[in-house]
Amino acid sequence: MILNILIGGEAGQGLVTLGQILAKGLVRSGYSIVVTQGYQSRIRGGHNTFAIRVSTGEVIAPQESVDFLVALDKDTINLHRTDLSPKHLIVCDEGFGTDGDSFLKVPFKELAQERFSNIVALGVVASLLGLNEALMARTVDDFFGKKDERLAAENHRALAAATRWAGTRPTSGHKLAAVSDPPQRFMMNGNEAIALGAVSAGLRFHSFYPMTPSTSIGLTLAGHAKTMGLIVEQAEDEIAAINMAIGASFAGASSMVATSGGGFALMGEGVSLAAMTETPVVVVVAQRPAPATGLPTRTEQGDLEFVLHSGHGEFPRAIFAPGTIEECFHLTRSALELAERYQGPMFLLTDQFLADSYRAVMPFEVEKLSPASAGTELAGVKAYKRFAITESGISPRLLPGVTKQLVVADSDEHTEDGHITEDLSVRRQMVEKRLRKGEGIQAEVIPPDMEGETNADLLMVSWGSSKGSVKEAARVMNSQGEKIATLHFSQVWPLVPGQFMSHLESARHVVCVEGNAFGQLARLIRRETGFHIKKKILRYDGLPITPEYIFRELSH
Amino acid sequence: MVTIDDYGNYETAWCPGCGNFSILKAVKQALVASQVKPHEVLFVSGIGQAAKAPHYLNANVFNGLHGRSLPVATGAKLANQKLTVIVESGDGCNYGEGGNHFLAAIRRNIDVTLLVHNNQVYGLTKGQASPTSAEGFVTKAQPQGVPSAPFNPIEVAVAMRASFVARGFAGFIDELSELIQQGIAHRGFALIDVLQPCVSFNKVNTFAWYKERCEALPSTYDPTDWEAAMKVACKWGDKIPIGIIYRNARIPFEGHFPVLRKEPLVGRDVDQVMLKRIMEGYK
Repeated sequence: MILNILIGGEAGQGLVTLGQILAKGLVRSGYSIVVTQGYQSRIRGGHNTFAIRVSTGEVIAPQESVDFLVALDKDTINLHRTDLSPKHLIVCDEGFGTDGDSFLKVPFKELAQERFSNIVALGVVASLLGLNEALMARTVDDFFGKKDERLAAENHRALAAATRWAGTRPTSGHKLAAVSDPPQRFMMNGNEAIALGAVSAGLRFHSFYPMTPSTSIGLTLAGHAKTMGLIVEQAEDEIAAINMAIGASFAGASSMVATSGGGFALMGEGVSLAAMTETPVVVVVAQRPAPATGLPTRTEQGDLEFVLHSGHGEFPRAIFAPGTIEECFHLTRSALELAERYQGPMFLLTDQFLADSYRAVMPFEVEKLSPASAGTELAGVKAYKRFAITESGISPRLLPGVTKQLVVADSDEHTEDGHITEDLSVRRQMVEKRLRKGEGIQAEVIPPDMEGETNADLLMVSWGSSKGSVKEAARVMNSQGEKIATLHFSQVWPLVPGQFMSHLESARHVVCVEGNAFGQLARLIRRETGFHIKKKILRYDGLPITPEYIFRELSH
Repeated sequence: MVTIDDYGNYETAWCPGCGNFSILKAVKQALVASQVKPHEVLFVSGIGQAAKAPHYLNANVFNGLHGRSLPVATGAKLANQKLTVIVESGDGCNYGEGGNHFLAAIRRNIDVTLLVHNNQVYGLTKGQASPTSAEGFVTKAQPQGVPSAPFNPIEVAVAMRASFVARGFAGFIDELSELIQQGIAHRGFALIDVLQPCVSFNKVNTFAWYKERCEALPSTYDPTDWEAAMKVACKWGDKIPIGIIYRNARIPFEGHFPVLRKEPLVGRDVDQVMLKRIMEGYK
């Protein structure tokens, strides 16, 4: 069974707390989840939603229709009336006045004091879903911590009263089948997975300027900075953030910055500096709708072309676009590793949907990244040349102050020893040296993920966070007898045509599914291969691409 | 034993008679007096004629973007606090393009010595006004004279209680060298604003102009007295005070990070056991 639970209410009602505890309870009980968080900005301010799509089996995409509406305020019922599925149930306060079979009206005031009403809602919903009360009590304790014994006792009382009350109600048909012997999994969102992936890869320095939806990367890292031995600094602006990261990296601390489109615009010159001085740095761009301030809390995939072309001048780069929480973890590692090996800026493109989307993931192997090659004394070297011309374009890297060799880097064009030059033949050699690193990066590109038959009637091409929705849409249609394949890019640059051209050419129809208005990946594929994907499913209303959205667009 | 030869002797791209030559000499003298070895020093600079200075001595160098040397220096110092980090750049770089970073560096009190070659004009771009140009100063870009009031870095730094604020003059090489030496020894952010004649583009604030006005603070002057320092910091005109204007013993920025208590960040391995424990918290 798959259920979509949507909790709606005003900011400050403890909606995210309720959502997070319920989601964790579901994960601990062995279910699979996809969380979508959002503001309904078409309505007057302060309406938040926390949607949990839950399944006894695998679930990989969000869902629009709501089976279980938890309305913490009256508006929620009105706003989501048209989203309700035929089997829906609305859980709300008995005072909300509306009636009907599909309402479960909870006497919140009888069951607990007002400040525990989100725990009451949690208890009622958990009980209707058939979750174990002791497991939920433990999950509540883990969330709030047990330090305040009185608070813990009050929480338990509210939870028990709600569970007891819900037990007296007729069954609603929303009970989830129990998962026997559930595997231990993490509940993690995209930003948390990026932060932890970075730490596991040896990150030592993170500088950031707060910007939704990237901020929780910095917050997660700050929370673990002391124990993991890293520095997290909130910079005075994004320009400082990237330059600090470059300084730290130059001196040997593996560095990453995170921001969103507007902040990244300020980082542009720094990106170019990292390329010229061949300093490793990873830039995470968590996309949101733009231009300018746009829709700050919503989602979009509108910055692919921007990130691809950011930074003046010509230099190689890699851009990863994770499609799952696991990919957030592993591709952050890949980006850090490539940055260290190829000595330059590497990018990770996510968006608000994935950044805030909690899911159940199998525990990560925290195996070590191969030690960075920087910092060792080069045997027999008299005068070190930071930018020695090599066949691969990669120059042996030493760190300032770690050996007796002097390390000199310049944002001006420079000689092999790093000093400023206007010798135009050196300029030519240095351009070619930097670009040769691109050949190595190209040889390591992760091939796009092809699912389905190569001669499908329809091939859906996608990138980044829409991976689950596109795959699910194809699987659903295939189960109805259609022949649909998917081609998903989790690395969007460089493109290696040999990895995917045969798929594009052998499908009867190709459609590109993207969360932007230009069809930016489609344009990029055309530019790089000449292959023109004419049909596009585009979404740019600030909401994530869902299987339902794809069905609607395909039926047009 | 570090000698002046260890820091090398290079041909420069500066105009004959430029104040930069004296500043470079004072820097080398200060490094020798501090007995810092070339590989232990990192010079970070921005863009401008002053920013080229680190290319003319033996040391680790990061010559970055215009205005952005302080963030780079901050990151480098946090990565390896064993490095002696010196930022050397001009008035346009530090007080104009990088103004926000100047304020942030003072607030952080990062252990970096900032050496500002302040010639009150833009040299590399051939003679436009700088943030420290006097009101009414005529240039090709400001033919009716500079319409804005000049930025007084010393006044701002003292007002913000920067932990080491000094002014030097390129014409007093030994005194300047002594200031740089003290700035390097100071644990925390040290601003040394160095008045420097520009022979090509500033025909007002010449060597003679500065020499006539620059006056060392009396030996009785107490740089730890903030109110007295504010008064001195505001002085600019017939007399320009030279020396350490203000200092205090604020904790340097690095001192706030428990992870830097023992060893630098650089060269550390990932603590697998701790990481696994953190991951368990997500179950």
